[in-house]
Amino acid sequence: MTPMNRAASVSESLDRSAVASWVRGRGVYVAFVALLIFNLIITPNFASVATFSNLLIQVSPIVLVSLGVALAIGTEGIDLSVGSVMALASAFLPLYLGYGWPVALFVALLVGAVAGLVNGSLVAFVGVQPIIATLAMLVGGRGLAQIFASGQLLIVSDPAVLALGQGRLFGIPAPVIVAVVAVLVVGFLVNRTTFGRYVVAIGGNRSASYLSGHPVRRTLLLVYIISGLLAALAGIVATARLGASDPSNIGILIELSAITAVVVGGTPLSGGRVRILGTVMGALLIQLISTTFIANDLPFTWAQVFTAAIILVAVYLQKGRGAA
Amino acid sequence: MEQRDPILEVRRVTKRFPGVLALDGVSLELRPGEVHALVGENGAGKSTLIKVITGVYRPDEGQIFLGGEEVSFAEPRESQAAGISTIYQEINLIPLLSVAQNIFLGREPRGSLGLIDRDRINREAAEILERYGIRADVAAPLHSLGLGVQQMVAIARAISVEARVVIMDEPTSSLEAREVETLFGVIRQLREEGVGLIYVSHRLDELYEICDRVTVLRDGKVVHTGELTELSRLQLIAHMLGRELAEVEAEGATGFGEEHEAREEPVLQARDLTQRPRLHDISFDVRPGEVVGLAGLLGAGRTETARAIFGAEPLDSGSVKVSGEEVKSGSPAAAIRAGVAFLPEDRKSDGIIPDLSVKANIVAAALPRLARAGMVSEKAQNELVEEFMQNLGIRASSPDQPVRELSGGNQQKVLLARWLCMNPRVLILDEPTRGIDVGAKAEIQKLVDDLAVNGLGVILISSELEELTEGSDRVVALRDGAVVGLLSGEEITEGNLMEVLAHGGGSGYGTPEDGNDADE
Repeated sequence: MTPMNRAASVSESLDRSAVASWVRGRGVYVAFVALLIFNLIITPNFASVATFSNLLIQVSPIVLVSLGVALAIGTEGIDLSVGSVMALASAFLPLYLGYGWPVALFVALLVGAVAGLVNGSLVAFVGVQPIIATLAMLVGGRGLAQIFASGQLLIVSDPAVLALGQGRLFGIPAPVIVAVVAVLVVGFLVNRTTFGRYVVAIGGNRSASYLSGHPVRRTLLLVYIISGLLAALAGIVATARLGASDPSNIGILIELSAITAVVVGGTPLSGGRVRILGTVMGALLIQLISTTFIANDLPFTWAQVFTAAIILVAVYLQKGRGAA
Repeated sequence: MEQRDPILEVRRVTKRFPGVLALDGVSLELRPGEVHALVGENGAGKSTLIKVITGVYRPDEGQIFLGGEEVSFAEPRESQAAGISTIYQEINLIPLLSVAQNIFLGREPRGSLGLIDRDRINREAAEILERYGIRADVAAPLHSLGLGVQQMVAIARAISVEARVVIMDEPTSSLEAREVETLFGVIRQLREEGVGLIYVSHRLDELYEICDRVTVLRDGKVVHTGELTELSRLQLIAHMLGRELAEVEAEGATGFGEEHEAREEPVLQARDLTQRPRLHDISFDVRPGEVVGLAGLLGAGRTETARAIFGAEPLDSGSVKVSGEEVKSGSPAAAIRAGVAFLPEDRKSDGIIPDLSVKANIVAAALPRLARAGMVSEKAQNELVEEFMQNLGIRASSPDQPVRELSGGNQQKVLLARWLCMNPRVLILDEPTRGIDVGAKAEIQKLVDDLAVNGLGVILISSELEELTEGSDRVVALRDGAVVGLLSGEEITEGNLMEVLAHGGGSGYGTPEDGNDADE
């Protein structure tokens, strides 16, 4: 075969496989847009500012915790404790409001960072498997949160805190702004910094990463601390939206939504890659699925079945990429 | 050999992948009772051909005949059922199951009630191992055995299915010399039984010892097929490389060979490295422009020594100095900063980050240096990657191609690029040419030679005596984790080396003390 006709056949087959792999890598966008169009046609009053504003407000806490989970999954780990860390942050927030809202917010975030530090230390230094370490935090964290809150629902009335959940800036809901800023920051970390490179290198081949001189333990520690911080932030936003600290219910099962968002968004559970925008889209997609079912008066249980199907399709498509 | 009808015939098979014509009208005839060598550089199409025969890939054109009948396998299971057994380079067994369970995996004999008959599994597995002279405890979990024995178990599994065709893809890459002999015994017995064998290997000695005929692939085409005895080694290499015979002769069998002039003070001083129970008081120096070989049999502590110098293994005692400055022990990052680079033995598990791009793999070690305030300069990265891809002749469709898609030789060059772009003072190469094709091997050997000429200190670990003797200016011989001898200059011959490894120190060559003597 001469170089020329080889080149011709190359570009032809590249075209086809490029389209296929583009769709595979970004199936979540296609699915989201398709469901959006479906809703615009079928769902009554869907095309309204209120609908979209609600969708975005509801998805904000999920996006926040998903970002942290995406980082953990990128290192071939996982963070199951995000829901409980939300509860911890929520429990501490009203306890320190007497010192003013900046102190209360700082303490709530600090609690999240400490929870992440514990997770990260267990993973990086003790060598506990991430799923076990964060499972312990999932169980123990919520227990602690309830102890500190004396198992009670506490009303939060500080206007500055409430603004984080209920306020608007230039008409944009505050939780959405918080989530967008977090997405930008984490996106920057992942795509532009050495920390981001270390994350995917560790997830891709930990031994090779270590032998390339990467600070493996420090990076893992930082990943779980960031995840804890983001979860605390989600806990603050959720508390502010509710106007009350409710450690028994806040963030329950959110880790499952987060994992779904991350995986559907194209970050493989085996690590080595982190898709931030994909994760955001994944979170939007599962939120849109429940919105669709609720708005059309369909039983919510079917939304769960539908979400399950989406997860399986996402994982199947990832598998296809590996085999090819 | 008597001319019988081929047991397996591949007729004008073509296979395309996006961007590559992997096989171009390849034909191959395998006769019963013959060992057929399949050789070629990486990327020549050997693996693809094997995968087409075993049903992993479907050919785009051409036919395959097994025992005279045309076959078309949709998946490997079908080719196995038809009597084609394949032993892959990597062991595809289950570590936690016993040897016997692995041998019968997926076809366990059933007793009453359809339950697995464990006694029978153990008994029959023992018989199989016995028959082929493989020594292993059938009840032991696989992971408790050495890599070589595991490979023998994989081979036992493959041949115990009454195969008509057995394909071995570099079966000896993890075997010790004694185990290779056992394997050859197995192969000879299979040949007696009329089985047709396809044998893929890069080791010429083995090919000439065990194979009857040879098919040479290059760029997806058959460039030669015929009796192996009618082909000299140089002719064979010339076919594989697609070069003129005279050219190969002029360059010698390996690319090593330059005498390097060792100058100045040692760039690396290893002193009394001890890590019980594996390393005991290991000391030696490397001077700029010098290639120091580390020789030893399997388990002698060569890799451990290398890892200890690089900070990847904790030390009980001892020190490493680079250019006179002591390096903090137990930290690869510190060793890298001091100018040490380490190309690990196991490319797959310790070297490449498979899903990341060629570019990300090349800059992996340079990240801290390329970063300003924790941010990576895209421009500096691209320049570096472009320079080294070009200098080392790394063949990839683009710097963004995932490194797992590259051939073994090109992956190794990516790893070399990862270290060379750091401008190291000391380069540790642990089996740098294992499992890569002749062409890439020669390129890498030449490259190391050039680097040494330019003042780099090199530590070379190799199981191939030829590579060590031709490549090294001095050789440190290790046995049981201790230095047992030191050869330099004219003393470095394969005979002397084997003598030192066998008898250590007492042969009148170097003693451990010589290793300490920087002024020698």
